[in-house]
Amino acid sequence: MKSRNLLAVLAPLGAIAFSFAFISVILIAKGSNPIEVVKSMAEYGFASRNLVAELNIASTYYIAGVAAAIGFKMNLFNIGIDGQYRLAVFFAAVIGGMVSLPPVLHVALIIFVAMAVGGLWGALAGYLKVKRGISEVISTIMLNAIAAGIVAYLLQPQQLGEQATGSNNLNTPIIDSSGWLPTIPILGGEVHGFIIFSLLIGLAYWVLLNKSVFGFNLRATGFSFRAARAGGVNASRMILITMALSGAMAGLIGMGTLLSQTHSYSISFPSGFAFTGLALALLGRNHPVGIALAAFFWAFLDRSSGVLDLNGVPREIITIMQGTLILSIVVAYQLVKIVNKKQEQKFVGKATLPESNLVKTEGVVSK
Amino acid sequence: MSTIIDVQGIEKKYPGVIANYDVNLKIESGEIHAIIGENGAGKSTLMKILYGLVAPDSGRVLINGKKVSFKSPQDAMELGVGMVHQHFMLADNATVLENVILGSEPTSTGGVIQFEAARIKLLEIAEKYGLNVRPDQLVSELGIGERQRVEIAKVLYKGAKILILDEPTAVLVPQEVKALFENLKELTSHGLTIIFISHKLDEVLAMANSITVMRSGTTVASVEPKNTNKGELAKLMVGGELPKRGDTSTKPSDEPVLSLSHVSCLAPDQREILSDVSLTVHKGEILGIAGVAGNGQSELIETIMGLIKIDSGTITILNVDISALTSREIRDSGVGYIPQDRQRDGLLMMAPLWENRILGHQSTPPISNGFWVNKSAAKIDSERIVKELDVRTPSINVMAAALSGGNQQKFIVGREMSGDPNLLIASQPTRGVDVGAQSLIWNKLIEARLSGMAILLISSDLDELFNLSDRLAVISKGKIVAVLDPETTTPEQLGLAMTGEKI
Amino acid sequence: MTDLLNSFLRNRWVRKIASPSRFTLFVVALLIIVSTVRRITGAADITSAGLSGATLRFTIPLLMAGLGGLWAERSGVINIGLEGMMIAGTWLGAWFAFIYGPWVGFLAAAIGGAVIGLFHGILVVRIGIDQAVSGLAINILALGAARYLSGILFPSRGGDISLSPVVEQTPTLTVPGISPLLGSIADKNIFLLSDGAGILSGFVTEISYATILLLLAVPLSTWILWKTKFGLRLRFCGENPVAAESLGVKVYRMRYMALAISGMFASVGGAYLSLVASQVYREGQTGGRGFIGLATVIFGNWRPSGVLAGSVLFGVTDALRIRQPTSIHAALLVVIIAGSIYVIWAFATGRMKHGVRALMATSFIGLIYLTVPEIPREFVSFFPNLATILVLVLLAQRLKPPAMLAVPYREREETE
Repeated sequence: MKSRNLLAVLAPLGAIAFSFAFISVILIAKGSNPIEVVKSMAEYGFASRNLVAELNIASTYYIAGVAAAIGFKMNLFNIGIDGQYRLAVFFAAVIGGMVSLPPVLHVALIIFVAMAVGGLWGALAGYLKVKRGISEVISTIMLNAIAAGIVAYLLQPQQLGEQATGSNNLNTPIIDSSGWLPTIPILGGEVHGFIIFSLLIGLAYWVLLNKSVFGFNLRATGFSFRAARAGGVNASRMILITMALSGAMAGLIGMGTLLSQTHSYSISFPSGFAFTGLALALLGRNHPVGIALAAFFWAFLDRSSGVLDLNGVPREIITIMQGTLILSIVVAYQLVKIVNKKQEQKFVGKATLPESNLVKTEGVVSK
Repeated sequence: MSTIIDVQGIEKKYPGVIANYDVNLKIESGEIHAIIGENGAGKSTLMKILYGLVAPDSGRVLINGKKVSFKSPQDAMELGVGMVHQHFMLADNATVLENVILGSEPTSTGGVIQFEAARIKLLEIAEKYGLNVRPDQLVSELGIGERQRVEIAKVLYKGAKILILDEPTAVLVPQEVKALFENLKELTSHGLTIIFISHKLDEVLAMANSITVMRSGTTVASVEPKNTNKGELAKLMVGGELPKRGDTSTKPSDEPVLSLSHVSCLAPDQREILSDVSLTVHKGEILGIAGVAGNGQSELIETIMGLIKIDSGTITILNVDISALTSREIRDSGVGYIPQDRQRDGLLMMAPLWENRILGHQSTPPISNGFWVNKSAAKIDSERIVKELDVRTPSINVMAAALSGGNQQKFIVGREMSGDPNLLIASQPTRGVDVGAQSLIWNKLIEARLSGMAILLISSDLDELFNLSDRLAVISKGKIVAVLDPETTTPEQLGLAMTGEKI
Repeated sequence: MTDLLNSFLRNRWVRKIASPSRFTLFVVALLIIVSTVRRITGAADITSAGLSGATLRFTIPLLMAGLGGLWAERSGVINIGLEGMMIAGTWLGAWFAFIYGPWVGFLAAAIGGAVIGLFHGILVVRIGIDQAVSGLAINILALGAARYLSGILFPSRGGDISLSPVVEQTPTLTVPGISPLLGSIADKNIFLLSDGAGILSGFVTEISYATILLLLAVPLSTWILWKTKFGLRLRFCGENPVAAESLGVKVYRMRYMALAISGMFASVGGAYLSLVASQVYREGQTGGRGFIGLATVIFGNWRPSGVLAGSVLFGVTDALRIRQPTSIHAALLVVIIAGSIYVIWAFATGRMKHGVRALMATSFIGLIYLTVPEIPREFVSFFPNLATILVLVLLAQRLKPPAMLAVPYREREETE
């Protein structure tokens, strides 16, 4: 069984090595020196100013990863993280900007709204799956487009948004400072205070999933809907709850930025968290520490890619690397799985040769 | 008549199981040859070898005196061996004709299918052998009997001269069985050879020209129906002595554990799936439920387990009404449940064994305190089950999928009996397991009965029912039609009751 | 004389016209409704040649993506990577068209798409990774690769990282005689006649040969999938791969081919965007059309003709959105009238349940029509997505997806 754990560690490392090799080939083809490129990325990426930015991005990515991982634990593929996040952060910003409350309460309300909106939007996909048998992959893709349309509509100046004079950036009204979360000064920069929540969320996710009855029920439903049902789990309800939880988590993705940085939602808020979240959950094997490492790595790649343009390399090489990485990681895991299964069967096979079958009790009665 | 198939000394091993060994079989041209045996006797493996799906490890198969080695079912088909599967290999979303021609489509240049030619050929075959099929119907519109005819037409279309039918009557209603037998007779009258697998002795005696009995992976006898009888066949299938009933000196108490009174239950389409079912299982009693598959057994279990809601009547366990409780609450009130499909309903196949110990016991000590799961308790108790039930596994950390069927089942039995439930629902507890596992599971059930557990045993294995049950209830079309005493009831009486006749 | 008359009446074409098919009736009825609405609302654009031409240009990319999705799904594999394959098509099409002309652009897109489709196939069929993961990764890879290559190749040639240099137009066809004739009828403002002419005129004026060729993909797909051995086997891989394999069908190989075809269609759809709908590659040009392609497959009930119908519907809304948002309001009225006719027909033929449902839906749309003066553009943009969810929710029983869609399948190994 030791070889199994070894393989589980080797697989992601191998995938990272492979994707590095792959982009090196691309870079060489273009006439750039991959070693130089990596060197300048490392120099840039590890500069303290950039490290702070990377921490902030990573904490955002981390939550996306956890949101995806919750779904994965149930065999659900929540591509809807994008839509859930967008609706959630939008409404949280709008409602946060409308009210004035005492400091802590104000922040709590914003976070609550984000989780509720994201959770409901996620639960909608869960409902469609449970009641109508619609695959969450399809429904969440469709719901993403709908969410994006709703937000784009509501963000217009004549609806809930406003437009700063002389700019075509649309945003929601600025939230009062009572609804701000302080930043933490580290390395001469400002890290979003929400990062602490992110860490707590990771911990809660892990404990709940691996130690609690609820977590067992969730995982059991993921392993086998029917077996969970026969084991007394209301498996349909678990699907609904899981989608809601995953959506609520997705709702928190934008909180660091909203509460500590921009204090309003604008069209320049980043998107594409569904892919990032799913990628990180896969890379980190749904483990909170794994996802955290993956999130930092991802953020590092994103941030340090900024230096590439100066080297005459389009920074999109990093996007290619991330795509390659994710494919190689799932391929690696799949291969490990096949090898493990074969080994285990062999192992068990040896141990359980049935002797009772070997006794022939009676001769053949001829016609 | 000449020997068309001659099987000599076939052996086939799978990891952990010897499926076939020393199998010998002679089939004459133009006969209906039945192969009988209990579940797990090796019939299916033998058939897979005959129609080319798996290759034997050793031994040889002769067809018309020539040694053959099939690499695929197509090879077998080329020599005229065709398989009619129990689970039909049809696509619902395609027409009968499309299903029939797949794999041997008549085409003109460019791969265009000549549907007209195919339709004519199919209709000719249907005409010749009296198979009523309509080429342009969608398979999704067909009933079970019609689908079976399509399957038969399919292998005939491909030129089969030897047809293998795997438990063809298992899914049919009596009229359809009759029609099928007429079809089969018709086929043999045209010189085709039929091999059919069954464990229904009456059918075999009525239909077959010769019978081969298999047990524990090997052929034990070949007999002709006119020289044998049901008793002898049953004895050959079971081998040696019938397992004796456990200690019958102790009588069940009068204290009811489970009682259903006037329970009815409707399917979504308003069809009655359980109608006015009343029965009681007492402390220290095994109540057997006998019946032809699909007569409401699974619904009966699911209503007791709270998985489907009843429409009228009451279900009580130890005098507490459980009709409105959730499945979780019912389990917590002291109910163990061995589902009939262990791989789909009984286990998390891709989870380690110890995690499987938790399934069904998420909210009961020692595994859980209702909110947190106690992992070490689950591991300790898994070790206990592995030891007590002789589950052959290298460790409790391997995936459930890695165990053989018998060992998976032993683990489930151990799990469901842990915590000494008041009531155990055991559905097909020994289906498809090896003889060793079977006797161990039977002994466990008998022990539990002696210690006062109430057991509801649902089984299609008559030996199991007769050997374990204190009383036998017969279910037919969702109704309990008879409650019998296994000591005095004959198999004939039971058979009649199972077909819904009053006795 | 009577013989002549009889033979005339028995003529195939005469009989066809005398007893029109449901489709013809449907088209005529729709035309009448649309013309009426134009009269009532004065929304002249809804029967203009401009709109029908635009509709065609918006329809083709969706149709190609949809057919791509259909081919993949019929073989049992879901292709979330359609969007990425389209992106690849827009880029490859533009780049090769820039160097060698538009037809080579299409060819390059087709080959590139087939290669990506095959890549998806090897990942999900042979190795067996999750179909959605592979699809999403392809989307991201295509996006990254297109931008990366643009950054290297375009700036020195008059474009930039998100924009290609302008490429040569594909040749177009204006049917001589008919096009000007229809145009002049359309200008006369005669009820029905001018409307019909207006719409038709969009289909015969300056229509790209690429459009005509790609429309042929619909009957071609139907023919291959339902009339040939290859198609039959491919469909069985999606319905019952176990049975197919037991009858000698190479399931993996069929799925590889289906995915290559799928990628080819999606990519050609992308190339259409950059070569015909506009003459330049622009980042973000696909705008999620790959995903709408997935929607048209569901909407079209996994049939090429259905995919066409879905693409036209979504193409019209897209065209309306871009041209004159006010026309959308008029389009609602078309739906309301058509809905009312259906309601009456349903009640008249005694199908009360359908009638009531349709009545409720029509009343709802009527309410929107009366209360909302202008449907926001943003809402129109997600109409295909919403429509698909509604179809899945309301018409689930009518849908016939391949039985083993997206279910991983392992071919039997040599010795079990």
